[in-house]
Amino acid sequence: MNTLFEYTIRLADDSLILGHRMSEWCGHGPILEEDIALTNIALDLVGQATSFLAYAGETEGKKRDADALAFLRFDREYKNALLVEQPNGDFGMTMMRQFLFDAFRKPLFERLQHSSDKQLAAIAEKSLKETKYHLKHSSEWVIRLGDGTEESNGRIQDALNTLWRYTPDLFYADEVDQEMQQQGIAPDMAAVYADWNATVQHVFQEATIEIPSNNWKQTGGRKGLHSEHMGHILAELQYMQRAYPNMEW
Amino acid sequence: MVTEKDIWEYLEEVSDPEIPVLSIVDLGVLRAVKLDDENCHVTITPTYSGCPAMKMIEVQIIEKLQEKGLKNVTVDLVLSPAWTTDWLSESGRNKLREYGIAPPENEVDKSVLFAEPTVVPCPKCHSKNTKMVSQFGSTACKAHYTCNDCLEPFDYFKCLK
Ligand SMILES: [Zn+2]
Repeated sequence: MNTLFEYTIRLADDSLILGHRMSEWCGHGPILEEDIALTNIALDLVGQATSFLAYAGETEGKKRDADALAFLRFDREYKNALLVEQPNGDFGMTMMRQFLFDAFRKPLFERLQHSSDKQLAAIAEKSLKETKYHLKHSSEWVIRLGDGTEESNGRIQDALNTLWRYTPDLFYADEVDQEMQQQGIAPDMAAVYADWNATVQHVFQEATIEIPSNNWKQTGGRKGLHSEHMGHILAELQYMQRAYPNMEW
Repeated sequence: MVTEKDIWEYLEEVSDPEIPVLSIVDLGVLRAVKLDDENCHVTITPTYSGCPAMKMIEVQIIEKLQEKGLKNVTVDLVLSPAWTTDWLSESGRNKLREYGIAPPENEVDKSVLFAEPTVVPCPKCHSKNTKMVSQFGSTACKAHYTCNDCLEPFDYFKCLK
């Protein structure tokens, strides 16, 4: 197995699939400003995915470019965490998913920008600046909704209850991570988790919402074992390339 | 005989398609120019990862330099060092203001929760009595503000460091 390819694909697919999910909001935002914000975040994520996928293609050496990797793999070959493929639901669900993810990405990129792999470091350095804006936006919404009305509090609490089980998948680490860490390429996931945990505890306290006591966990994304939603995403994401191979704008 | 300095000057004529008053030199997107024999090698960097203007900028660079008689032009995209609003030139800042976009204040929007947003003077009436409507504006690099005095809605080129 090409470990660097595998590691890079995991980073890429988190951005790609969440970017696609956020793009589904285009034209459906609750207010105009929020519609623009959600699609701006989608654009940043798709941009990050393009950088990671292009690099993954290079390390693989099979002449697959970012488009080939984005549009022409089968479901088991996508290695995103389960969290990012979960449906948008209501605005609270989307913001909770985004917050749980941004709170993970920021400490990850803070460390990855010092990676011994120069290109991954460069992509992380670039993406970190964008992620900081995303995290500020999503965490403020989680607090505003949690600490808002009875209705908004109930909705954001429901979102947390639904999504919490997918968070361990973000920190799933196997031989790929171990090898990358030994080479000084990947950061220590335990440290990333500690930062993530501090952020979510603080924000949930401000938002007056509670982490569910049910400890059921679901993992598998990094191995390509996805939830039932993945096939639907890919049907839409890949439609043009499957129907009209090699089509370009 | 064309020099690298000439090429920098030619590329002053290539503008950012999303903010046409700014050239890629003003914006700091043009990073390097290298000339050897017939070959011209240009390096650019994106403002944001997903900046949709990069492909068009690349095409415009090639067209502009071919128009000036350079035959073999290649354009490379680099991500590091990551673009920052510090690279926006002084003339670029003035052009932005005249165009109705507030240039970046030298301050990153605080990542602290619910921190007071940056005070951005209105590009029309210069009042500091403005408010941020949304951190995310018409393009990835801008936030959306409104002036409380003249009531003008305006874009703010947000600070990225
Ligand atoms: Zn004004």
